[in-house]
Amino acid sequence: MSTTATAPRPESTTPSSAKGISGKPVTWRTPIVLAFMAVVALLIFGILGPNQEASFGISSGGDFFQLPAIIVPAFAAGIILSIILLGLAGWTIYLKTKGTAAPAWLPVLFIVVFVVAFLIWVVGGARTPSISLAGLIAGSVTLAVPLVFGSLSGVLCERVGVVNIAIEGQLLGGAFTAAIVSSITKNPFIGLLAAALAGAVISMVLALFSIKYVVNQIIVGVVLNVLVSGLTGFLFSTVMQSDPQKYNSPEGLPIVEIPLLSSIPILGPILFKQSVVGYLMYFAVFAVWVGLFKTKWGLRVRAVGEHPQAADTMGINVNATRFWNVTLGGAVAGIGGSFFTLVAIDSFTKEISGGRGFIALAALIFGRWNPIGAFFAALLFGFADNLQSILTIIGTPVPSQFMAMLPYLVTVLAVAGLVGKSRGPAASGIPYVKG
Amino acid sequence: MSEDKGKHVAEPAPEPADQPLSAEQARAAKADLETAGGAKEPSLVPAAAQGGITAERDSSPFRNFFAGSAMTSVLAVLLALIAGGLLIASTDKQVASSAAYLFGRPTDFLAAVWNAATQSYVALFQGAVFNPRAATVAGQFAPIMETLTIATPLITAGLGVALAFRAGLFNIGAQGQIIFAGIFAGWVGFALHLPMGLHLLLVLVAGIIGGAIWGGLVGLLKARTGAHEVILTIMFNYIALYFLRFLLTTPAFQRPGASNPISPVLDPSAIYPQIFGSQYRLHLGFILAIAATVLVWWLLNRSTLGFEFRAVGANPKAAQTAGINVSRATILVMAMAGGLAGMAGVAQVAGTEKVLTEGVAASFGFDAITVALLGRSSPWGTFAAGILFGAFRAGAVQMQVQTGTPIDIVLVVQSLIVLFIAAPPLVRAIFGLNPRRKKMATAATSPKAALPGGAA
Repeated sequence: MSTTATAPRPESTTPSSAKGISGKPVTWRTPIVLAFMAVVALLIFGILGPNQEASFGISSGGDFFQLPAIIVPAFAAGIILSIILLGLAGWTIYLKTKGTAAPAWLPVLFIVVFVVAFLIWVVGGARTPSISLAGLIAGSVTLAVPLVFGSLSGVLCERVGVVNIAIEGQLLGGAFTAAIVSSITKNPFIGLLAAALAGAVISMVLALFSIKYVVNQIIVGVVLNVLVSGLTGFLFSTVMQSDPQKYNSPEGLPIVEIPLLSSIPILGPILFKQSVVGYLMYFAVFAVWVGLFKTKWGLRVRAVGEHPQAADTMGINVNATRFWNVTLGGAVAGIGGSFFTLVAIDSFTKEISGGRGFIALAALIFGRWNPIGAFFAALLFGFADNLQSILTIIGTPVPSQFMAMLPYLVTVLAVAGLVGKSRGPAASGIPYVKG
Repeated sequence: MSEDKGKHVAEPAPEPADQPLSAEQARAAKADLETAGGAKEPSLVPAAAQGGITAERDSSPFRNFFAGSAMTSVLAVLLALIAGGLLIASTDKQVASSAAYLFGRPTDFLAAVWNAATQSYVALFQGAVFNPRAATVAGQFAPIMETLTIATPLITAGLGVALAFRAGLFNIGAQGQIIFAGIFAGWVGFALHLPMGLHLLLVLVAGIIGGAIWGGLVGLLKARTGAHEVILTIMFNYIALYFLRFLLTTPAFQRPGASNPISPVLDPSAIYPQIFGSQYRLHLGFILAIAATVLVWWLLNRSTLGFEFRAVGANPKAAQTAGINVSRATILVMAMAGGLAGMAGVAQVAGTEKVLTEGVAASFGFDAITVALLGRSSPWGTFAAGILFGAFRAGAVQMQVQTGTPIDIVLVVQSLIVLFIAAPPLVRAIFGLNPRRKKMATAATSPKAALPGGAA
C-alpha cells in the first residue's frame, strides 16, 4: 500500500467508516456532498441567478443543416435545474436511509446537470450572454487531446505498478522532438514517430531507475521532469534559436476532414474533422481499454499492478512486464506531446506543455485509473480550460482564475474521497524485488 | 502487499499516544522499527528519506568508503558536471567546426571540447564564488554574496521538504506553500503600517503561518481521508498559483494605478535589513535560514517530536503500534514543512523582491525538492546542497552573459546530480568501482537493504 496516488490507508480512513464494516460501506459522504452542492446551486444559480436570456449557438457556418440557437431564460432554468439537483440529492439520502448506496450513474448525472446549470448561469450573467456551444465543445476536445494521451500513459504505467509523475516531461520531450524532427525531415509523420520514440526513451529512464536501481518512482519522475525541461530549454536556446528556419518550423499534421459526416452539427467537428493525432486519440482510448480489460496481456498487466507476488508465482516476469509497459506508456505520452508542435502551434517554445502533464495526472485519478474514465475526465478538464478562455472574452461574474483552478480543485475533492472513492492499483509505486 | 487484509489488526484500540513516551518505551519503539522486517509497511519515501536513497550495507571498508554517501555524492556531482560539459560542448560552434576534421587532427577537437566546457564552468565559478576581474574588493566578493542570497529560500524550502521526507511524506508542495506565505507576508508588509521591528516580526510570523496553513491542510486531508500527499501537493501548488493571480487583480492586492498584476512595494519597516551593507543583496533571511537549520537539526535529533516523525517515516504501522499518533504527526510535520517553506516566501517578498508578483516563488519550490534529495534529507546536508544550488543559479546568470551558455544547463546538471545520487550502483559502475558483479547485485536488490521490506 502506499505510494499509489491515492490508495487510502485503511487505518487512516475516518473511524466511522472503518469500524467493523466489511464489504462496501455505505457512507453519508456522497449524500451530504450532493445535498450541499444542490443547495449551493439553488442559492447561486437559482435564487440569485441572473435575469437574462442565455443563448447557445449550435451550428457553425459550414454545417450540413442549420439549427437555431438555443435561448434559455437563465433565471427559470437555474431554478428548475437546481430543483432537479435537490431531487437527485434527496434520492441518495433516501437510498442511504434504506442502507443502499446510490447507483454509480447518479453522481455522474448530478455532475452533468450541475455543469449545465453552471453554464447557463455563467453565460446568463455575462455582458454578452451568448456563446457558441459548437465552438466550445470543439475547442474542449482540441485542448483535451494531449491530456488524454498523457492520462493514458499514466493508466498504462500505474496499472502495471509504476507511478508516472514524469508525464509532463514526456509531453514536453515529445513536443520538442516532433518539432525538430519534423522541421529537418519536412515530414510530420516522421516527427510523430520521433515524438513517440522520445517519450519512450524518457519512460525507459524512469523504468530503468525505478525497476533496476529500485529508486523511489516519485523521485525519478520529479527529477525527469526537471531534466527534460532543462534539456529542451537548453537545446531550444542553442540549436533551435540559432536557425529557427531550419530547426523550428515543423511541418504540421494536416486536418483530415471526412466528407458529409464532418458537417453534422456539434458532433461533426469533434469526431470527423481532426488531425491524425486526434483520430489516434479515439483509437488509443479504445485500444487501451480493450487491451487492459479484454485481453490476456491486460489481465497480466493488472495482476502485476495489483499483486506482483501472485503474478510472479503464476510465472509472469514482473519486472519485464513493468519495463515494457512503462515504455509503451511513454510512447503514448510522446504522441500526445507532438500535438503541441504538429497540430496546435507551429513551433516549439520553452515549457510548451505548461503543466498539462499534471492535469493529465489529475484526469487519470479523477477517471479512476480507467482509460474511458480518464478520457472523460480529460474532456472535462479540457472543457474547463476552454470555457475559461471563452468566459474572459464574454465577461462573466466568475474570475477566470477560478475556472483555471477547477481541474485541480476537483482532483483534490476526488482524491480526498469527497466525490466517490477512488482507489489506485494496489502495488502502484512499490518496487518489486523477488525473494 | 501481502498483508493488506491484516491492516486493521494494527490499529491500536484506545489512544495510547496521550502519555509522553518514556525512554524505555522509546527504545522499544526504535527496536520495533528496526526489526519489523517483512511485516513492515513500506513507507512512502522509504529508505530514500532516511539519509540515502538506497540504503546499502556492506562489510568491506574499501567498498564502504565508495558506497558511502559522501563519496557517492561527490562522484555524482562530478559525473553530472561532466555530462553537462559534454552537452555544452556538443552545441559549441568551435567544436562543430573542428569535428569536421576530427580524424585529421583529433587534438583540435578535444581541445575545443575542453575549452567549451571549461570556459562555461569558469564563468559559472566566477559568477558564483569569486570574481578576480572585478575592479573593487567588494565587487570581487559580490558573487558569493549573490550565491548566499539565492541559497536562502532554497535552504529553508529545502528544509521543509527534507523534514517531510523524514516523516515519510513526499512534499512536492513547497511551491504552493511559498506562494501562500508570500500572500500573507506581502499583505502584512504593504497593507499594515507598523513601527520598525514589530512590523518585520509580524511579516515573518504571517508568512510562516501562511505556509503552515497550506502545508497543514495537506497533512489534514491526508490524515483524515488517506489521500496521497504527492497528488494533493501538486494540485495545491496550482490552486495557490491561480489564487495569487486572482488576488493580484483585486484592489486589496494590486498596486493602485497599475494595470499589471503587481502589489504595492512593502514598507521599509517590513523589509529584511541587508547584512553586509547596501552593496550586497544578502539579507537577514540568510541568518534566519541558518537558525532554521539548527532548529530542524535539534527537532529531528534531539526532541521527542522529531523522534516521532522519524518513527512514522520509518514505519507508520510500527509507530502506531508503539503508541505514536500517526495522524497528528502527519498534520504537524506538514504544517512545519509548510512553515519552513513559508520562511522562503518571506525571504522572497521581504528580502530580495520587496513586492508580491506572480513569480514570487520562481522555481524555488521545485528546486527545493532536488536540494533536499541532494542533502539526503539531513538538515546540514540540505544546507550545503542549498548553497551549492544557489551557486549554480547565481553563476549561471554570469555564464549566460559571458559565454552564451543558456541557464537551462543548470537544470540539467541539477537533475543529473539527483539521478546519479539516487542510484549509487550506477555511479560505481561508471567509475568501475564494482568489484564483483554478483555481490553488487545482491547489495542492490536485497530487499532488506534496498527498500523497507515492502514487496518481500
